[in-house]
This record gives sequence, C-alpha cells and structure tokens, in this order.
Amino acid sequence: MSKLVSMHDAIAAHVRDGDSVIIEGFTHLIAYSAGHEIIRQRRRDLTLCRLTPDLIYDQMIAAGCARKMVFSWAGNPGAGSLFAFRRAVEGKAAPIELEEYSHFGMVARLSAGAAHLPFWALRNYAGTDLPVANPQIKTVTCPYTGEELATVPALNPDVAIVHVQRADIHGNAQVWGLLGTQKEAAFAATRVIVVCEEIVDEAVIRADPNRTIIPGLIVSAVVHEPWGAHPSYAQGYYDRDNEFYVNWEQVARDEASLARWLDAWVYGVKDRAEYIAKQPGLDERLKAKSRPSGVVDYGY
Amino acid sequence: MTADYTPKELMACVAARELRDGEVVFVGIGLPNLACNLARATHAPKLLLIYESGAVGAVPERLPVSVGDPSLVTGCIMVASMADVFQSFLQGGRIEVGFLGGAQVDRWGNINTTVVGGSYEHPKVRLPGSGGAAEIAVHARRLLIIGALSPRMFPADVDFVTSPGNRYHGTPRSAFKHPGAGPRRVITDRAILEANDDTGELELSALYPGETVESVRAQVGWPLAVRDALGSVEPPSAEELRLLRDVLDPKRLFLKG
Repeated sequence: MSKLVSMHDAIAAHVRDGDSVIIEGFTHLIAYSAGHEIIRQRRRDLTLCRLTPDLIYDQMIAAGCARKMVFSWAGNPGAGSLFAFRRAVEGKAAPIELEEYSHFGMVARLSAGAAHLPFWALRNYAGTDLPVANPQIKTVTCPYTGEELATVPALNPDVAIVHVQRADIHGNAQVWGLLGTQKEAAFAATRVIVVCEEIVDEAVIRADPNRTIIPGLIVSAVVHEPWGAHPSYAQGYYDRDNEFYVNWEQVARDEASLARWLDAWVYGVKDRAEYIAKQPGLDERLKAKSRPSGVVDYGY
Repeated sequence: MTADYTPKELMACVAARELRDGEVVFVGIGLPNLACNLARATHAPKLLLIYESGAVGAVPERLPVSVGDPSLVTGCIMVASMADVFQSFLQGGRIEVGFLGGAQVDRWGNINTTVVGGSYEHPKVRLPGSGGAAEIAVHARRLLIIGALSPRMFPADVDFVTSPGNRYHGTPRSAFKHPGAGPRRVITDRAILEANDDTGELELSALYPGETVESVRAQVGWPLAVRDALGSVEPPSAEELRLLRDVLDPKRLFLKG
C-alpha cells in the first residue's frame, strides 16, 4: 500500500503538540520543507532534537514551536550564530530548556534508541564541565574490566523526519553522500516521515539495495518534495546555498527581521513548491554538476 | 620590517607544518581545515583527512565552507556514518592528530566553546557547544589547537571546559585515563605555545618574526613561562602564500582579519 502523502497531511497526521521531534541530516539533506510545514501548522511545545540545530531549528524556535532543545552544536555552520537560539538562552526572548551533549553523545543516544537499550557507554566527558551542565551524562563501571565509562540515555523521539535522495512509495529510502545519523534516528523513533527528492519504482531500490538506509517497514509516511532540503543540499541534486547561510546572519540578528522572513517565506507560501517558485534562478545557481558513480554488479 | 603576509596567513602555514605526511587527521572547520589542505598541497600529500561529517580521505576541490560540504564527499575514499566516525575511527584509536579551534583556551589547554560570562544556565554569550570537539580532545593521539592570541581568548581559566586539556580544576589529565595525550601545541598568530611535558602547562616555545616575549605575554591571561631555548618560525614561503591566496582560500573566507 502506498504511503505517499502531501507534506501537509504527513505533518498533520504524525506531528502533535508536545512531541519530541528529530529532523536529522548533518549539513546534508536537512528536511527544511518539513520544518516549515510544522511552523505553518503552528505546532507548540515540541522537544526539538538534532546534533546540529542549524537554521531550521532557529526558525522553529523563532516561530514559537519549541519548548526544549536537545543538541550538540548550535551554530550556523561555516557562517556564525543561531540568533533566535541565542536570544532564548541569553535572556532576550522566551526561554527554552536545553539538554546538551557532544556529537558523539548524541550519536550514542540514538544508537541506544535504535537498539532499544536504556543507555550507551562511551569513553568521554571526564575532566569536562559537560556532565555538570547536563546531569543526564552519567558513568557506569564496566562489569568486565572495572573501567569507568561515561553513559548517555537512549533517545527515542516520537517522530523522525529524514530527507533522502530517493524513495519508493513504501518508504524504502536511499541516501548517498554524507549519511549523518539518519538511520539511527529513524530506527529510534516511534514514527518516521521520509521526504524525498525523487519517487522511484521499487525496482530502482532493489537494483541497488546497499544504498537503502531506511526500510519501508519503519516508515509512516512518504512525501515527494523536490528541493525540499534547500538551503541545505542533496548530493547529486543541488549544492548547499552557502549565500543563504551567510546572509542569515543579517536576517536573524534582529527579532523583527526574522519574523518578517518567516512571514514572507514560511507563512506566506502554501508549500515548498511555492517557496521554490518564489526564488527563480536556484537551478542555475545550485544544480549539481554530474559526478556519477561506477556501477557494481549484484550478480551471483 | 614590513611583512608581506598577514598574521593569519602565517598561522595557517605554521599549523600546516605541524602535520607529517601520512598522518591521519581529524579536521575541524576554519583554519584547521585550511592548514590541513595546505599541508596536503605541500609537504604532506598523503595526509589522510577525516571530517566528523563522515568524509574519510577527503580531497576537496574547493575550500569547504563547513565540515559537511559536498566537496568533501566527491572523490573521498569512504563515507562513514557518524556512528562509525566516532565509535570506530575516533574511539577506535585510528586518529593520530586532532585539530581544534576554540573561543577560549586556558593555561592547561582546556577549550571552551560553550558559554562565556554569567553561568551555564544564564550565560552572557552562548557559543555553539562541543560538536565533536570534546571527544576529539579525549581520543586524538595528539591535539593541536589553533587560535589568535588575546587576553580574552587566552584567560588563566576558561569559563566552561568543553574539551579536556591537561588539567581540570587541579586534577592532572592522567587521572582521567583519556586515550589521547591531550593538547601538545597551540598555534597562534604571534607564537607557538607548547605543553610542559610534566605539568601540562602551556609555555612559550617559539616566536614569530617581529614578536617578543613581552608582546606575547601581554596577550595571555596568566604568567606565561618561557622556554630556555626559544625557537624561531620561518615566514610563509612564496609557494605557501600562492597556495593560500590563489588556490585554497581565494575569497579569504578563513584568512580575512
């Protein structure tokens, strides 16, 4: 049975007020289109989880969607600060609760979540202030070696949203280029929304099964959203819009200017197609130059 | 003497010279990234660059703006999931050199990229946080730090220890049994600081052209010890400058200032 739905319907059905949500994707394949739809549908009290909140969570914080953020690096990659986040933390806007780890800690939390273990052990954090800032970072004594290891609790979000290059209507999803921690995030979550650049026939998936990172069996909804990751990128489809990230510093530094941006580019458009139609020239500026892979043989 | 290079350019060159051919380096963005790619273009063509985003053996054809830049993937030897990056590569002991920048670096090489001023709950300035820095500082066999000297950036004690240095509130690093040796050298825009082998304290070990012990001490928030035999640092070569300016960072993304 097809799981293909519109972004509107996917968010309406699967993201509820008070949910913990993870939109994963490390610089690559960030599901901006889903974040914007969550803002348009005015979800509230969300716990936003992500290694790198990136501009998408800055926008969701500014729009009032977030109660809490669980993260490991909250900056504008390659450009500077997340200003809505900073205003909330520096006492200049409505506060949000923080739960902070390092990247390894977040990856470990998702690995535990995916494996349905209560925690994950790692060699980290001794001699730092991170466990002081976050009492959820604890230690355990290894029953085999007696060694003291750091632990982080499992992270099992209510919803994971993952942007991928291609998927079939059952939600079998394929990614190439940076893999981030999308697979762990999807397996750790209760519900999974897959957003894709292209819908392909199941036969395309079956022709290259090593490329599949998320099987349809854990997927609740599939959304076809070309350019859905802009201003992040999709390897082989379009480059990162670095200008957008750099210019964001100017947009977001001022609360009112960020609100105007949300009015124009999120509330002021119906969906991703309108958002893309509003900025002609993206194709010429960002379309990927082709670098096809070699072909492998799955024969036996 | 009129220098025909900027302090940042020299800093990038000095950092590049710290890397040995064939080493496996975990690369952070900004100047570390520039230095690694300069080293690869000069004396260390077999340097293996690993980025926390998962690109292993990256050979970027343009200067990556972020550690997740698509140019790191094209032509690399492996794209690892982030779980593999942190568990198998970093915790697995495969990383020889970690290379970090920081907002604040203290006397013991502790790095702060979390909060400045106020408290953790109510900071004056909120910084991005650890990213992969804490675990790089724990696991990389040796750690290089790069940053421009100033009293604000080099206080006696950082406001928050994000990434562990050689001593934490009086406890030596050895007590924590970290696999990595910790910060060995700090490459700045005026001098090289080096950790004392016994105490882990950062000391002045080499001066850049035109700098003096006093000019460096004035930029550091603790009574900086000075090694008996101070090293000197060669200015950038014409080839290093050509690579930095024309090939690696023509838009001066990371060299500005």
